[in-house]
Amino acid sequence: MPEIKVTPLGAGQDVGRSCILVSIAGKNVMLDCGMHMGYNDDRRFPDFSYITQNGRLTDFLDCVIISHFHLDHCGALPYFSEMVGYDGPIYMTHPTKAICPILLEDYRKITVDKKGETNFFTSQMIKDCMKKVVAVHLHQTVQVDEELEIKAYYAGHVLGAAMFQIKVGCESVVYTGDYNMTPDRHLGAAWIDKCRPDLLITESTYATTIRDSKRCRERDFLKKVHETVERGGKVLIPVFALGRAQELCILLETFWERMNLKAPIYFSTGLTEKANHYYKLFITWTNQKIRKTFVQRNMFEFKHIKAFDRAFADNPGPMVVFATPGMLHAGQSLQIFRKWAGNEKNMVIMPGYCVQGTVGHKILSGQRKLEMEGRQILEVKMQVEYMSFSAHADAKGIMQLIRQAEPSNVLLVHGEAKKMEFLKQKIEQEF
Amino acid sequence: LFQYCLSGHPTLPCNVLKFKSTTIMLDCGLDMTSTLNFLPLPLVQSPRLSKLPGWVLKDGSTFLDKELKECSGHVFVDSVPEFCLPETELLDLSTVDVILISNYHCMMALPYITEYTGFTGTVYATEPTVQIGRLLMEELVNSIERVPKAQSASMWKNKEVQRLLPAPLKDAVEVSMWRKCYTMPEVNAALSKIQLVGYSQKIELFGAVQVTPLSSGYALGSSNWIIQSHYEKVSYVSGSSLLTTHPQPMDQAALKNSDVLILTGLTQIPTANPDGMVGEFCSNLAMTVRNGGNVLVPCYPSGVIYDLLECLYQYIDSAGLSNVPFYFISPVANSSLEFSQIFAEWLCHNKQTKVYLPEPPFPHAELIQTNKLKHYPSIHGDFSNDFKQPCVVFTGHPSLRFGDVVHFMELWGKSSLNTVIFTEPDFSYLDALAPYQPLAMKCVYCPIDTRLNFIQVSKLLKEVQPLHVVCPEQYTQPPPTQSHRTDLMIDCQPPAMSYRRAEVLTLPYKRRYEKIEIMPDLADSLVPLEIKPGISLATVSAVLHTKDNKHVLQLPPKPPQPPASKKRKRVSDDVPECKSLKPLLSGSIPMDQFVQTLEKHGFSDVKVEDTAKGHIVLLQEAETLIQLEEDSTHIICDNDEPLRVKLRDLVLKFLQKF
Repeated sequence: MPEIKVTPLGAGQDVGRSCILVSIAGKNVMLDCGMHMGYNDDRRFPDFSYITQNGRLTDFLDCVIISHFHLDHCGALPYFSEMVGYDGPIYMTHPTKAICPILLEDYRKITVDKKGETNFFTSQMIKDCMKKVVAVHLHQTVQVDEELEIKAYYAGHVLGAAMFQIKVGCESVVYTGDYNMTPDRHLGAAWIDKCRPDLLITESTYATTIRDSKRCRERDFLKKVHETVERGGKVLIPVFALGRAQELCILLETFWERMNLKAPIYFSTGLTEKANHYYKLFITWTNQKIRKTFVQRNMFEFKHIKAFDRAFADNPGPMVVFATPGMLHAGQSLQIFRKWAGNEKNMVIMPGYCVQGTVGHKILSGQRKLEMEGRQILEVKMQVEYMSFSAHADAKGIMQLIRQAEPSNVLLVHGEAKKMEFLKQKIEQEF
Repeated sequence: LFQYCLSGHPTLPCNVLKFKSTTIMLDCGLDMTSTLNFLPLPLVQSPRLSKLPGWVLKDGSTFLDKELKECSGHVFVDSVPEFCLPETELLDLSTVDVILISNYHCMMALPYITEYTGFTGTVYATEPTVQIGRLLMEELVNSIERVPKAQSASMWKNKEVQRLLPAPLKDAVEVSMWRKCYTMPEVNAALSKIQLVGYSQKIELFGAVQVTPLSSGYALGSSNWIIQSHYEKVSYVSGSSLLTTHPQPMDQAALKNSDVLILTGLTQIPTANPDGMVGEFCSNLAMTVRNGGNVLVPCYPSGVIYDLLECLYQYIDSAGLSNVPFYFISPVANSSLEFSQIFAEWLCHNKQTKVYLPEPPFPHAELIQTNKLKHYPSIHGDFSNDFKQPCVVFTGHPSLRFGDVVHFMELWGKSSLNTVIFTEPDFSYLDALAPYQPLAMKCVYCPIDTRLNFIQVSKLLKEVQPLHVVCPEQYTQPPPTQSHRTDLMIDCQPPAMSYRRAEVLTLPYKRRYEKIEIMPDLADSLVPLEIKPGISLATVSAVLHTKDNKHVLQLPPKPPQPPASKKRKRVSDDVPECKSLKPLLSGSIPMDQFVQTLEKHGFSDVKVEDTAKGHIVLLQEAETLIQLEEDSTHIICDNDEPLRVKLRDLVLKFLQKF
């Protein structure tokens, strides 16, 4: 029987710094190279010494595959390739290749310029790292060498996200990265053919959740935003610049239009317009409906949503602000949060998962007194809402993917240990 | 391996390949040169065209004067234009399993095939091919349907009548097969049968054959195809380019080691250099406009027009043309310009890099933003308000028989200030212009065909080294108008096999091997025996399991277990026992020693006769003979079983068992 060895260098039973080493028929492939948002020390990057203690990365690894542009999947890439040293090929899809360096640069700026850290990767390193990237098409069979081939499948989740099949001879592994089995307002659903891999490595962020229908969640979200705005409160929605932000913008834009609302909606940072431009140029990666109508009306040109200026946060009256980053761990979203947290009329809506150690995670777990930098205590009186808009597959979706691909073995990663145990039992029951 | 050739047009091919158990159609191009025999379809009634005299036969009979009109010595059919379809009778097209499309120009006959022949298979094409192909079809249908023509001429098609007509109508082929344009519902139905594929995607057909599209460098999403099984490889090269224009470069390496390479879609203007033509295009355009004239560019709504706009983008300021309006008029103009910007993954490296910034890959976005380029769905509506002269108009159709180009030809044809510049190579410009004669307008011919020329082909063939080359017959001889140019043909060894319309070729390749997988547990049970140094053999007893055209050798089912109790044994007595396997024998029998052995065992009077295939050993006393041949041994004796067994054992002594 084929022997396939899987070594998690980052997220095994954890979310953040995804990095998995797969050895299959003598080939070594590294899947993702992420960072952990909850740490500021060595633990933020995967542990590459597992490989480097025996020699150079380039000699050991046949290739590196990046599933999508989220930093917990690609944030350690310049550190890995330029500081630890790797010169082999790095594969990712075209949109990921386009967007990933921008997010890396953003991350670098926050870490180095704002927090003043040294010994971090530089802008030049990001550029040099991206030169090693080979962009792949969906479904293209890429021959890495004579024996090793990889193939990308559409994964939903964020623009350009892909699942990868890694194949040597008749042995194969499928790595899902993060994926979403239900189409949303701007992306399609993940899809894979019946490729019957020996092993399926799937994320399991929402292992125990069977989420209620998308429509209900959207209605809930709109109701909460609407109520808060009606009573004169301010709504803060921490998001990452690309991904969920675009979906929620489309949602609010159409709602504002329909209800004829006047309260201003803002989107922080200059990335917005640029981000929307990426969606426009890579429209073939979005869902059917947007692709069909893009010539007549581009869904990513917003009428009601305007650029945010720092001074607006102190304006009186209601408003809705999308601010980055999404876990309230730094930057503009955290600044606005500090300003608005004391007023019970205001609301913060966390539309995605927050990793341990971030402010987002703390308030979601019920903490109302936060210790900020300089031993300052911040009391949170504003309402805190969590809405799972992040586009991960839920338990039902994971089962569906297993049914599609028909793997002989399933490995759960990128989730919390207890939840994974539950899903494990469920999979064993059903298959 | 058979090839059915359904089209005679070398750049609009349609071939069907029978390979293993699959039937694969390669492209379905629509020959539109037939429309040149028809009168143009003007959007607004043209007094000139409607006054053309009817054609009268030499003997003075006028029965065709309603159908045929004469213009400057040429005769045209006054009817809705018709197209020359691929052959539909050469084989039953409902048996076609898949259709592989190589580029958007080569799919224009698709609705005729998928909607009228009982086709039930799948069509494979890349996303840009489908999207732009749809635009081309939409434009075609739109420009013909919006000018309803009462008359549908058919009398002239009668064989007896056609014989009497002047050339080229007299020589037109298969006129009875010519068909009117399809409708939008048919286009939508046809396109719904397409499955999208990406470059280098391996697509399994029934487990028997694998097909793979490769970038061909000619147009957005254009592809060549590899059709292969485990031991055979056919490459289909159609419309490829090595020039750096906007599409992703051609993938040549993957064409290597082909048994057969089918070569179609070479440049139609082998003597023209595309770069030079673009230069001439720009200078003629500038000169006309500077003199106060208008420029008309008959073109398709996608393809070379993107490159022309890019050249003009760089050229207009330096040539002082920044105030001249550029109009692009087509029902799909807007869609075409928008679509071109979203196929980043299918573009050349430079354009891809722009998208990463993110900036639109084509500069026509800026031309539109700065109002230098304006696009309109037709000459009606907004265009008539905005229209300023002198100007440059890009519009279709390049045949000059339908579309808004007809209007501009009638409008501008009378003034020598204006110029029509032909850039599309698909139609002879003189034939295209014939129904507009006499013309005062200047005509400039700058055909831009980026497809492979013969020098590039011979280089390519040297590089990829196919065992056999198959191509349309036009490529195996110099062009008829330049018969001395022996460099304008394919030169390869062995000489290329040529095909013509309605021919069936047996491709010079025989299948000899098939791949069989062996299960690990079966492989484990094999005991190889070295019969010669370095060569080991093992017998394999297995069950051959064939499913989805995949063959697997599995362990044979185990003989039934000996039953535990006596009672059951009786039942199992009825079950025939599994035959124990006979050993395999090999070797040859040395006659002298065999005879000696026989004699030793008491046979006397042994006689040996030589035969053509071996020997016969006669045992006269026992009235028995032993026939020894290369691949068989027979012992023929009269019902004496002990004797046969004895002789058999003596033969076996000389043979190796395993």
